[in-house]
Amino acid sequence: MLADKDRIFKNLYGLHDSGLKGARARGAWDGTKAILAKGRDAIVNDVKASGLRGRGGAGFPTGLKWSFMPKQLGERPHYLVVNADESEPGTCKDREIMRNDPHLLIEGCLIAGCAMGANAGYIYVRGEFIRERERLQAAIDEAYEAKLIGKNNVHGWDFDLYVHHGAGAYICGEETALLESLEGKKGQPRLKPPFPANVGLYGCPTTVQNVESIAVVPDIMRRGATWFAGIGRPNNTGTKLFCISGHVVKPCNVEDAMGIPLRELLETHAGGVRGGWDNLLAVIPGGSSMPLVPAGADQADTLLMDFDGCRDKKSALGTAGVVVMDKSTDIIRAMTRISYFYKHESCGQCTPCREGMGWMWRVLTRMTEGRAQKREIDMLWEVTTQIEGHTICAFGDGAAWPVQGLLRHFRPEIERRIDQYTRNADAHGAVREAAE
Amino acid sequence: MAKLIIDGKEVDVPPEYTLLQACEAAGAEIPRFCFHEQLSIAGNCRMCLIEVVGIPKPQASCAMGVKDLMPNKDGSPKVLSTKSPMVKKAREGVMEFLLVNHPLDCPICDQGGECDLQDQAMAYGSDASRYAENKRAVEDKYIGPLVKTIMTRCIHCTRCIRFSTEVAGVPELGAIGRGEDMEITTYLEHAMTSELQSNVVDLCPVGALTSKPYAFAARPWELNKTQSVDVMDALGSAIRIDTRGREVMRILPRNNDDVNEEWISDKTRHVVDGLRTQRLDQPYLRENGRLRSASWKEAFAAIAGKLKSTSGKKVGAIVGDLAGAEEMYALKDLMTRLGSANIDARQDGAAFDPKRGRASYLFNATIAGIEHADALLIVGSNPRREAPVLNARIRKRWRAGPFPIGVIGDKADLTYSYDYLGAGADTLAGLAQTKFAEALKAAKNPLILVGAGALARKDGAAIASLAARAAVEFGAITDGWNGFSVLHTAASRVGALDLGLTPSAGGLDVAQMAAGGVELLFLLGADEVEVAPGPFVVYIGTHGDRGAHRADVILPGAAYPEKSAIYVNTEGRVQMASRAAFPPGDAREDWAILRALSDALGHTLPYDSLSALRQALFAAHPHMMHIDQIAPADAADIGKLAKLGGTPDKAQLASSVADFYFTNPIARASAIMAECSALANAAAKHSPLTAAE
Repeated sequence: MLADKDRIFKNLYGLHDSGLKGARARGAWDGTKAILAKGRDAIVNDVKASGLRGRGGAGFPTGLKWSFMPKQLGERPHYLVVNADESEPGTCKDREIMRNDPHLLIEGCLIAGCAMGANAGYIYVRGEFIRERERLQAAIDEAYEAKLIGKNNVHGWDFDLYVHHGAGAYICGEETALLESLEGKKGQPRLKPPFPANVGLYGCPTTVQNVESIAVVPDIMRRGATWFAGIGRPNNTGTKLFCISGHVVKPCNVEDAMGIPLRELLETHAGGVRGGWDNLLAVIPGGSSMPLVPAGADQADTLLMDFDGCRDKKSALGTAGVVVMDKSTDIIRAMTRISYFYKHESCGQCTPCREGMGWMWRVLTRMTEGRAQKREIDMLWEVTTQIEGHTICAFGDGAAWPVQGLLRHFRPEIERRIDQYTRNADAHGAVREAAE
Repeated sequence: MAKLIIDGKEVDVPPEYTLLQACEAAGAEIPRFCFHEQLSIAGNCRMCLIEVVGIPKPQASCAMGVKDLMPNKDGSPKVLSTKSPMVKKAREGVMEFLLVNHPLDCPICDQGGECDLQDQAMAYGSDASRYAENKRAVEDKYIGPLVKTIMTRCIHCTRCIRFSTEVAGVPELGAIGRGEDMEITTYLEHAMTSELQSNVVDLCPVGALTSKPYAFAARPWELNKTQSVDVMDALGSAIRIDTRGREVMRILPRNNDDVNEEWISDKTRHVVDGLRTQRLDQPYLRENGRLRSASWKEAFAAIAGKLKSTSGKKVGAIVGDLAGAEEMYALKDLMTRLGSANIDARQDGAAFDPKRGRASYLFNATIAGIEHADALLIVGSNPRREAPVLNARIRKRWRAGPFPIGVIGDKADLTYSYDYLGAGADTLAGLAQTKFAEALKAAKNPLILVGAGALARKDGAAIASLAARAAVEFGAITDGWNGFSVLHTAASRVGALDLGLTPSAGGLDVAQMAAGGVELLFLLGADEVEVAPGPFVVYIGTHGDRGAHRADVILPGAAYPEKSAIYVNTEGRVQMASRAAFPPGDAREDWAILRALSDALGHTLPYDSLSALRQALFAAHPHMMHIDQIAPADAADIGKLAKLGGTPDKAQLASSVADFYFTNPIARASAIMAECSALANAAAKHSPLTAAE
C-alpha cells in the first residue's frame, strides 16, 4: 500500500481548499521556475527516466511521446492538448483532479508545454462536466492572476491555457477526433499517419495527453524521477488513480502504487467484494473497453493492477476504472449493455465499426435471453475479430474486446442460456431466419 | 524512388505515392469505395486494406504513403501483400459489414449492372450473409430535381460530401447522426445549388444517389455507348452518349484530364429530354403567315424561287452556337458561290476577328494550364455560369495554395474568394493602380481570363485591346506561357473563327443582317438573334425555337448526338463528336441539307459524302485534321491586339450567360432544365432557408 507521503493527489476527496492557496499549501507551484530552468531536454529526460506511461488507456511512455515533438520551433506553433474528455464508463479520476486538484494539472500543463516548446495549451473538457469546467476555469483564472501562467509570467515561459467544452461524445476522447472537435468540426478520428506530433491541431505539431499523465508531472519533477520510478514494478512505475465501482462495499477513487494486487486494492480501499472475495464473478480492470477478467486462482485472484499484469490476463489496465461484478450479475446482459454503449457512440465513419457495433449488440441482446444458436457464438467471435484492427481508430478494438472477454470466459453460460431457452421454446420461436 | 516488394514483385515507385498507387503500379488490383482520384482521402470504407509485413494490423492502402513506411532494419525493401490470407479475410469482413445494412434490392436498383458494391461483392465477398437481424432503413432525402436518393442503400463512403465541398464548392451535403444512424443529407433538405451536382451520381459507388430524370428508364446492358464531345458550352467536355434504339437515354462524362477531368455540368448531362421535345422532324413552309408541313422538294423550290429574285449581295447567313465545322464550311462555301460576303457566326456580336490572329480569341493558357497559373484576373465573365467545369478547375487551383484572383465585372458567388476590383472597363484601364496589380506582377504565370460577354458589345474591340494590354503589361506573355485567355460560351465559335466565318470586305455582320440588311437570310441553328420583319428567313435547325418561329422555310437538321462533326473548343482543341443516334423523322444532317440545297439552287457543292467534305475542309484548314490537339497560336498577336487601342464606354462588364440552364435551343426545350432554372432563380431570390419550403 502506498505511503501517505508518496501521494500525489492529496486533495483527491475535496476535503481541503482546491484553490491556489490550498494547492500551494500542499506543495503545488513550488520551485516551478527551477524546473523550467532545467530546459526542455532535461524535463523530457526526467519524465522518460521516471517511467511514466500515459494514464489515458494505451499506456504509451509519456516522455517518449514528448520527444516526438520537433526539437526546434519552426513556422508552426506547438500545442499541448489535454484530454479531459473522460467518458470511459467506470472511470472518474480526471474529474476528481479537475474538481479538487486543478492546480496540479495547470502546473503540469506549464511544465509539459515548456518541455515540448508549446506556448499554448488547450484542455478539452467533457461536455457533461459542467461544474468541473467551472472549477478548472476558476483555478486557471487564479493562476493567471498570480502570474503563474500567461504572457510574461513569473516562470519565464509564456504559456496560455484555454479550456474548451466538448459536446459530450465518447469518440471525442480519441485524440485525433478530439483535435477535429477542437477545431470546430464533427468529432471523427483522423487517419494516422500523419501523427499529431507532426500534423495535429490546426495542422501544427501537437501532443495530446490525459489529465492524470500531466497532473503527476510536477511531482515527478519536484521529487525526482527515481522516486517515481521506485514505486511499482519495472516498466509499470509510479502511482495511479484507481476508480473502483460496482459490487464492492465502498466504491471509491483511490491513489495507490502500480502493480498492487487486485484483491489487496479492493479489500484495502473499497471494503472488499460485496459478500466476500468468493462472491466475485468477474472484474473489468480498465474501464468498459477492456476485456473482463473472471474470478479464479489464475485469473482475478492473482491479477496485478498494472499494464503488464493486466496484459498477462489478456486484459489491459486501460484507465484503471475497476468495475467489480459479483455473482448476482447477469454477465451477458452486462456486456450487452456495454455493447449498446459502443453502438451508440460509434462515430460512423468507417465501415467495420459502424456496421459491426449494431450487429454485436443485436446478437448479444438475443443471447441475453438465450434466443440464439450456439453456432452464433463462434460467429460473434469472428465478427469481433473482423472489427478489431480494421478500423481507423482504436474505438473498434475497445468495443470488440469486452465482447471477446465475455466469449472467452463465459461461453458455458451463453450455451446454458441457449439450452434453457430452447427447452422452453415452442418449435417455431427459437430459430430465426436471415432477413434478406 | 523507393523499392517495394508487392506480391513478390519488386517495383520502384516515387516516395509520394500511396500504397494503393504502388500496388497498382505492381499490377495488383485494390478494391475501394471511398477512395477517388479527384477527391481527398477519407480512408473510411476500409476495403483497400493490405498487408505490410512487419505491421501487425492490415493497413488502408489509400491513406498510407510509401514514405510513411518505416524502413526495415537491414535496409531490405518493404514487403507488401495484396493476396495474403490476412488481406482476403479483411476484405471479406469489410464486405460483409457493408452488406449487413445494404438492402438486397438490386433488381429494382438503377445502379444494378454498374454498381461497385455489386461487382466487388462478387469478387471479394463471401457467398452468403450471416446477418440474421433486421436491416436498417433510412428515409430518403430531397436534395434537388436531378439526384434521386434511396438512402437505405448508402454505404457512407462520403464521396458525395467530399465532392460537393471540394470540387463543387458548395458545402451543402453533410452527414448527420452517428454510428449506424449516420445519414447523408443537405441538412434542411433543400436542393443543392451547384451546376455540377449530378456528378455525385457517378461518384456514388452504390445506388443511393441515382439520376432522377433517368430513374427506371433503362438498364446499362441495354444501352449502346458512344464516345463523343459536349456542345453545351465551349469546353467540349468528353462525354459518353448512351442510346437505346433511336433514343438518347443519358449522357455521362468521360475522363479527359486536359478538359473536364471527370466532371460534366448538369446541363451537359440532363439536356437529354430536350433532345426529344420541340423537335423539327419535317420541313415547313410559311403560307399566309402560317407554317405548314411540306416536302423537302417544296421547301427547296420555295428557297430557289426566292433566290431568283435576289441578288447575291442581298443573301446572308448567320451561324448558330451548336454548329459543327463541316456544315459551317459547307455554308461558307455555298455563300461564296452565291456571291455573298454576308456570313457571320458571332450571334452575340462579339468583337472577335480572325484577322487579328488566332491567339486573340483562344483560351491560350489551356484549361489544364489553369493549374500552372499563379494569379488570375477575370474580366467580364462568370465562369461558374459560362463553364462550370472550368470553374471547378479554377477552384481546384485556388484550393491548392496561394492563388490571388481578381474580378472585374459581375460580383457573383464563384465558389472561391476573390478581390472584387470593379465593374467597368475603367477599372481594367486603371488596373495598375489597384492593389491587385502587385499580385499580378509578382506572379510568374498570370492568367487573364476574358469572358465572351465582355467583348459582345459595341466597344468590344477596345476592351479586348485593354485586356491584351494588361496581359502584356503584367507579364502574361512569356516564353512558354500565354496567359491571355478568352472563355467562349458557344461550342461553334472557335471553329467558326478558324474557318473565317466573319463578314469579308463589304459584308454585313449579324446585327446588320438581322436588322434587315439582306433579303434572303439563312439561319444555321441561330436562335439567339431577333430578325426584323423583311428578310425571307430559311432556318436550318433542330428545335422549334426563336429561329424557327421567325422562319419562312424550316429545314429540319440534326442535333449534336445525331451527327459526326468537328468542334473546336475554347482553347483551340479540335475534337470530333460521334453520331450516337439518328435525327427524327425527315430531319437530315446539316451538311447534307446544305449539299442538297446547293443543288436545288444551281450552285452544287463539290462533295457527295461527309468524308469528301472533310477532305475539302482539311485541305483548306489543315489544323482541323489534328483531332484532340491544339494548334499553337502566335503569342505575338496579343501584342498587336494590345496596340489596337480604342475608347471603351462606361457600361458595366457583364457575363454573357444570364441563365445557365437556358443557353441554347436544346436546353430551352428541356423540362428538367426549366425546373432547375426555376429553382436556381428562386434560390437566388431567397436564402436557402426559405427556398427549402
